[in-house]
Order: sequence, then structure tokens, then C-alpha cells
Amino acid sequence: MRSALRALMSAVICGQLWLAPVALAVIETYEFSFPDLEVRYHQLSQELRCPKCQNQNIADSNAPIARDLRVVLYEQLEQGATDDEILAYMVARYGEFVRYRPGVDRNTVLLWAAPGLLLMLGAVGLLFHFRQRPEAAASELTEAEQAEIARLLGEPLD
Amino acid sequence: MQVKKFIPLVAFAVLAGLLFRGLSIDPTELPAARLGQPFPDFAQPELTSGREISVSALAERPALVNVWATWCYSCRVEHPYLLNLAEQGVPIYGLNYKDEPVKAREWLAQLGDPYQLNVVDVEGSVGLDLGVYGAPETYVLDASGHITHRHVGVLDEAVFRRDFSRWFPAIASPSAAAGSEGGR
Repeated sequence: MRSALRALMSAVICGQLWLAPVALAVIETYEFSFPDLEVRYHQLSQELRCPKCQNQNIADSNAPIARDLRVVLYEQLEQGATDDEILAYMVARYGEFVRYRPGVDRNTVLLWAAPGLLLMLGAVGLLFHFRQRPEAAASELTEAEQAEIARLLGEPLD
Repeated sequence: MQVKKFIPLVAFAVLAGLLFRGLSIDPTELPAARLGQPFPDFAQPELTSGREISVSALAERPALVNVWATWCYSCRVEHPYLLNLAEQGVPIYGLNYKDEPVKAREWLAQLGDPYQLNVVDVEGSVGLDLGVYGAPETYVLDASGHITHRHVGVLDEAVFRRDFSRWFPAIASPSAAAGSEGGR
């Protein structure tokens, strides 16, 4: 009886797991007239940032504005707009903010330069580190101390 | 050698300074891309009259363009203040954003109508051209019809006095007249 109950319960649990919805970001169906449009749709919708939810791209976001931007993206792709034209359209309305890879301008130059600058800073730091270490180690012992070491090391041999 | 001792302190001070600055930055505040540009043209129906209007209908300037909808709770919060501003003579144009016109007309009939006219934007296309990403938003149209300011969120008296009053110097804020509340 008990084992039958257990079997039933595990069957129920497994069934629920089976039915558990797969976590998909956004489910929409667009019919693309060319397969490469669909590829570009996915690329661009992942590169465009949702203005409302900030840390999601428009592909992942369920915000109404993200849905609107996906529709615009789809329509523009179907009308034959280039990637640059679509990005320019979005930037004209929502600023460089909508791009996860913003263009280089006064506001973003530090962002783009930061990895290089930090790498250089690290290299300079390492250079100093390795240049100064041996000198410091060598100059630390006076002659008297050297003699003392020689004496200590020498003694047990006698 | 002496200088080297202070490197961690300097690094800490710089980092602390940057992080402290970060505390006062509001990440939800986006720069408006349309600032300094003319209000984008449109051809949409007007809410109450139903006639088709274009950007030339926003003739009285400087003016406010208020993006609102009946589904937007904060719009209800700021509505009394808009009525107040309209009463004082600030021209306010409404952009009824992604809303149902029937509900919008009911709203205005019940709560009062602060708007000179309302652009019906069921699809959100005017909003898109304007760079709207939610409601309420309020824009300032200067005398030449250019967008000179955007405020995202509820427009209240403190915000108006701080950010809007330079376009509407004649507007006396009611609570200043009453001598109460020292907002910024």
C-alpha cells in the first residue's frame, strides 16, 4: 500500500516537472520573408537595450516599450533597412543608451578606453614591482650581517 | 619610498570618491535624445473633436506636452497639479499614449480637463518618435517649438519650480504665495 502510494506520488511529481514551463524570455512569432532577416533580428534585438528596464535587451524584456521596439525592428528589417539605419533610428529617439555597444563619443570614450588604460596601469605596476624587488633584497643585509650568516652557517661543519 | 606608502590611501580616496558620486546618480534617468530638436511631426486624431491634427496644432508656446494614459497610476496622481497649472495659464497639450480614447474621454469628464487638446496615440507611434518610454512624461516646448526639457515621472510643484519655471516666469506657485513649504 505504502509503496503504491509512493509510486503514485513520484509519478505525480515527475509529471509536474515534465509539464513545468520552460523559462523563455519572450514568445512572439514573426514571419520573416528571408532567413537572414531572422538572424539579423536576433542579433539586433540582443544588442538593443530596453529603455524602461535598463538591464535587459529588447529580446528579453516584456516591457511594453520593448515590445514596440521589436515591432519597429521587425518592420524596418522587412522594409530592407540596413543595421546602421535601424541603429540610427533607435539612437535618434532613445540616445546612445539603447545600444549595448555605443559609438565612441565624448561620453563613452572613457568606457571604451578603460580596459586598455587598466591593462597599461597593471603592466606599469608589474614593471615597478619586478624592477625594485631584487635591489631591495640585495641591499638589505649589511656586511656585519653577512659575516654573521657565514659564521652561523659555517659553525656546524666544524 | 615615502610616496609609495600613500598609494593605497590615494587609491582608496579615488575609489571612495567615485562610489560616493555614484550614490547620487539616478540610473533610471535617461538623457533625452530629442532635446534641442523640433517636436516630431505627426498626423493623429484629436481626442475630443476627432479631427486630424499635426504638429502645427501645438501653436501656443511655450507649452507643456504631457504624456498620459488612463492605465497609468502616476498620471492620476499628477492630474490635480496639471489642472492647477492650466488654471494659472500654462498651455498644456496632452499626448494620450497607448490608451483607449473612450476611457480617456471619461477620465477628462470625471477629473477635469487641463489640456488645450489631446493627441490620440493609440499605437504609441508619436511616443516612439518622441523617445517616450513610459508615462507620465512631460516635455517643454519653447517659443520656437523646440523640445527643451523632459521630465520623467510625476510633475509636482517642487519639480516645476526647480526645472520648469524658467520657461514660465509669470507662474506664481500657489504654495509660495501661501508662504508654506520650502521646496527646492
